[in-house]
Amino acid sequence: MKRVKWIGLFLVLMMVATAFVGCAQTPSKEEAPKTEIPQAGDQGTDTQKEDKLEGKVEIIGSTSVHPLAQDLADAFANVEPGIKVDIQAVGSTAGVVAAHEGTANIGMASRNLKPGEKEWGLTEHVIAKDGIAVVVHPDNKIDDLSKEDISKIFKGEIKNWKDVGGVDKEIIVISREAGSGTRGAFEDIMDLEVKKDGKKMSALKEDALIANGSGAVKADVLKKEHAIGYVSLGYLDDSIKGVKVDGVEPTVENVKAGKFPIARPFLMLTKGELTPQAKAYMDFVMSADGQNIVSEKFISVK
Amino acid sequence: MMNVDEVATMVEVEEEPAKRKKIVPGKTVNSSKWRAIWEKIIEIFFFLCASTAVISVIVITIYIFAQGTPAILKIGPLKFVLGKLWRPEAEIFGVLPMIIGSIYATLGAIIIGVPIGIFTAIFLSELAPGWLIKIVRPAVELLAGIPSVIYGFFGLVIIVPLIEDKLNVSAGNSLLAASIILGIMILPTVVSISEAAIRAVPQSYKEGSLAMGASHIQTIFKVILPAARSGILAAVVLGIGRAVGETMAVILVAGNAPMMPKALTGPIRTLTANIAIEMGYAYGLHREALFGSGVILFIFIMMLNIILNVSTYKAGE
Repeated sequence: MKRVKWIGLFLVLMMVATAFVGCAQTPSKEEAPKTEIPQAGDQGTDTQKEDKLEGKVEIIGSTSVHPLAQDLADAFANVEPGIKVDIQAVGSTAGVVAAHEGTANIGMASRNLKPGEKEWGLTEHVIAKDGIAVVVHPDNKIDDLSKEDISKIFKGEIKNWKDVGGVDKEIIVISREAGSGTRGAFEDIMDLEVKKDGKKMSALKEDALIANGSGAVKADVLKKEHAIGYVSLGYLDDSIKGVKVDGVEPTVENVKAGKFPIARPFLMLTKGELTPQAKAYMDFVMSADGQNIVSEKFISVK
Repeated sequence: MMNVDEVATMVEVEEEPAKRKKIVPGKTVNSSKWRAIWEKIIEIFFFLCASTAVISVIVITIYIFAQGTPAILKIGPLKFVLGKLWRPEAEIFGVLPMIIGSIYATLGAIIIGVPIGIFTAIFLSELAPGWLIKIVRPAVELLAGIPSVIYGFFGLVIIVPLIEDKLNVSAGNSLLAASIILGIMILPTVVSISEAAIRAVPQSYKEGSLAMGASHIQTIFKVILPAARSGILAAVVLGIGRAVGETMAVILVAGNAPMMPKALTGPIRTLTANIAIEMGYAYGLHREALFGSGVILFIFIMMLNIILNVSTYKAGE
């Protein structure tokens, strides 16, 4: 008798468990309204207080754009102290998807949209431009590489530094993980793509080390004297050496002037009507004040 | 040397829990109705706590399979498991390099960690003087408490450059580095469980062997280890489980190139690393394919557990 009771209790628990699974299987549908419900409430308070907005802006996307978006948000807090800007750095692709699915008010991407993503009808705001610096160890004597040589190095066609005028040492290629905006933009610009079954596939050499983020690339290059990698211009500092590409130094001025060949846009993506809070943030980003902040580390668009 | 009295006390000790069991829930204790209800409530509460683990396992299993299997079917199970190319940007998903990577890294960890672990366990249980045990055992236990990212960082700044220097390879981020780190990481598991197994071998076995004229070391290898083999096997399998599941430390030292492992000093990517590195950026089929990697990993772990249960059962016979 007692045993039957226990089994009954267990079955009930199992049912509860399966109910949970039912919820878990539709995460995107669950998440979408979650962000909208608080906004609906916030809009109500907006009408009461007309001068200052209150509420929250959710921004998701590129790890490269994140530091800039955060700087902008910090300055924005002085203009609109009632609005909380919540920024998550997860990657360009996730940013594009978040804007598309409505899980965030604004998506961030550090590369141009892919043809498939273009069809989603997102509004693209170019908030800044960025160069991608090709970096080597400070002790590396190479300081100028042609775009073609860089491309060949990353494809694995040039394997030794002596082939580009350096020491007789194997080149260690360091790249980023698939889906990274920096990698996407770099491969796009450097023609590191091959067609396979009608789809574009990375032509990166097979045994390139994969570093998990711009900071990790920098750390790897610092550790390995014969390594080559690439990072966003914002990550370039005195600890590593950014080589000249086709004779052009990787500097903000050169990217702005359109001289540096490896440059990409920083995008903020929105879909349809913006909430007043998100619109206020976007307006600030594109304003003269916002673009001044952009120009501190990146290249402003105005 | 065990005399009859000692044996008798041991038997009594073993029987006592059985007797107690009969007394506690029974109505022999004169109690009020409230007390009985209160007991019942506590009992149910404990049962609920115990169910958490069961429910978690069920939910996680269903979730992983529900998320992962559609992608595997879409890609084609054979193409997915035996495909040698992993190119998410072109929707080419073959996890064979990662499966092989995981297997190699785990094998490496076993080759390095298991002998050291078992010998440490023998040393601790049979040979070490008391004061040394007091140093070695806490050290091993402390090893278990170090976060895996610290192991990874240690590997990145010490072991990787060491491999580059000593073996004269260009990049030390490799299968070898991952194996060494994992070998160290499985030590606490292997040591503590093997030691418990060795200590559980009845003293009479050892005494019998010594009495027959075998040396201490002979006794350890011919009598004690065979007697403790089920426990040691369990230690090894649990160590394998730890090595297969390790993520963060491996990401930092393994190089993570999604390619078939070619050399001991070449880069590898494990199944866990594959999920962790790309999950943040993945969407659509790519994301589902990563859950697919999770399914493969899950099947791995389940097989390990089955092997563990079967082998310990058989060895225990």
